[in-house]
Amino acid sequence: MLAAKVMLEQGIHVEGINFYTGFCVEGHTHAIRREHRDKPKRNNALWVAEQLGIKLHIVDVIEEYKDVVINPKHGYGSYLNPCLDCKGFMVRKAREWMEQHGFDFIITGEVVGQRPMSQRRDTMPVVARESGAFDRLLRPLSARLLPPTLPEREGWVDREKLLNFSGRNRKPQMALAAAYGMHDYAQPAGGCCFLVNPHYTHKLADLWQTRGEKRYDFDDIMLLKVGRHLRPRRHFKLIVARDEGENQFLHGYRRQFTHLYATSHVGPLVLAVGTLADEDMVLAARLTARFGKGREAAQVRIAITTQAGETCELDVEPLGADEIPSDWYL
Amino acid sequence: MSHHELDARQLLCPLPVIRTQERVAMLQPGDTLTVRCTDRGALHDIPAWCRVHGHMVTATRREEAEITITVKVLGA
Ligand code: SF4
Repeated sequence: MLAAKVMLEQGIHVEGINFYTGFCVEGHTHAIRREHRDKPKRNNALWVAEQLGIKLHIVDVIEEYKDVVINPKHGYGSYLNPCLDCKGFMVRKAREWMEQHGFDFIITGEVVGQRPMSQRRDTMPVVARESGAFDRLLRPLSARLLPPTLPEREGWVDREKLLNFSGRNRKPQMALAAAYGMHDYAQPAGGCCFLVNPHYTHKLADLWQTRGEKRYDFDDIMLLKVGRHLRPRRHFKLIVARDEGENQFLHGYRRQFTHLYATSHVGPLVLAVGTLADEDMVLAARLTARFGKGREAAQVRIAITTQAGETCELDVEPLGADEIPSDWYL
Repeated sequence: MSHHELDARQLLCPLPVIRTQERVAMLQPGDTLTVRCTDRGALHDIPAWCRVHGHMVTATRREEAEITITVKVLGA
């Protein structure tokens, strides 16, 4: 946001690009969970564009991004975040967009030394090189600490009016935002991507491990954002809705998975991911009973519908809290 | 000038706005597009997207779980 503002102040025409990878925190969790429903929902990128008075293009890169997550050349950060590859990928996509739409150069809001992996002085040239943007990639917030880029050398941009921010201290950025009159300054540090979320990436690692290969489709990564995940056996896991919003969301997946719910008591919808033998059905039913209002009852009736659409009912004793090993929870 | 429909039900934000954007790119000024969606976030995102791109939302309707938003494409 600030980087764009710095350019706009120089009279440069700027349009925003926001890439949707499927791992963006934006939107989904609010949309799914009932407890978040009262919070104002806004797409931050669109909101920023409106504040700046620029166009914003939201680009679906779900398919292409898979290769970045699965095979990052530069490895992962603290979790499963392939930040350096990710930046290179996004700047490459931005370069392609720039070329297709007749734009001259790309700016990003990166600051030297702000992030341990992708915004170090020695990794910034990697992004410029691997994206193919080379010296058409300008970082207005740190430009004066970096070699002049094409737009600076050509005089399209006045280098003297660019900034020399570095390091993790965000105070200078906050001060500049305030000077521009931006009070509702939406730029959280790294909080917008599930690949830096330890709980989420634990579930993603479990998915890959039990599948025997690093592969995912869009539904897989959506479902990792929803519900309580338990893996009682290597060959199956359960996704238990935590509230009405998640119940409704999981409803949309009923035809793809065996699913369970209590008919004698109020309780959540549970999806079973994997192949369940008869004894697994009983265990899944007992767990389903555990998470409903009948958890203290002697017996709970559970309806189980298989992927083939066949439904049966089982009367089971809910599993006790102490019968669920903590490592079943993902 | 023609009217078009887009089914974005079951898609979560920002996918309804992405699909709207892709569809609008194929339309002509004066055309209209009615988007059907189920994610309430679209009520906010699609009008915001229209504002930044200079298009016009001519109607929004909410019926139970379904939302319909009609966009008029302007010559931006
Ligand atoms: S935090 Fe996520 S979106 Fe941001 S650079 Fe890293 S992998 Fe990419």
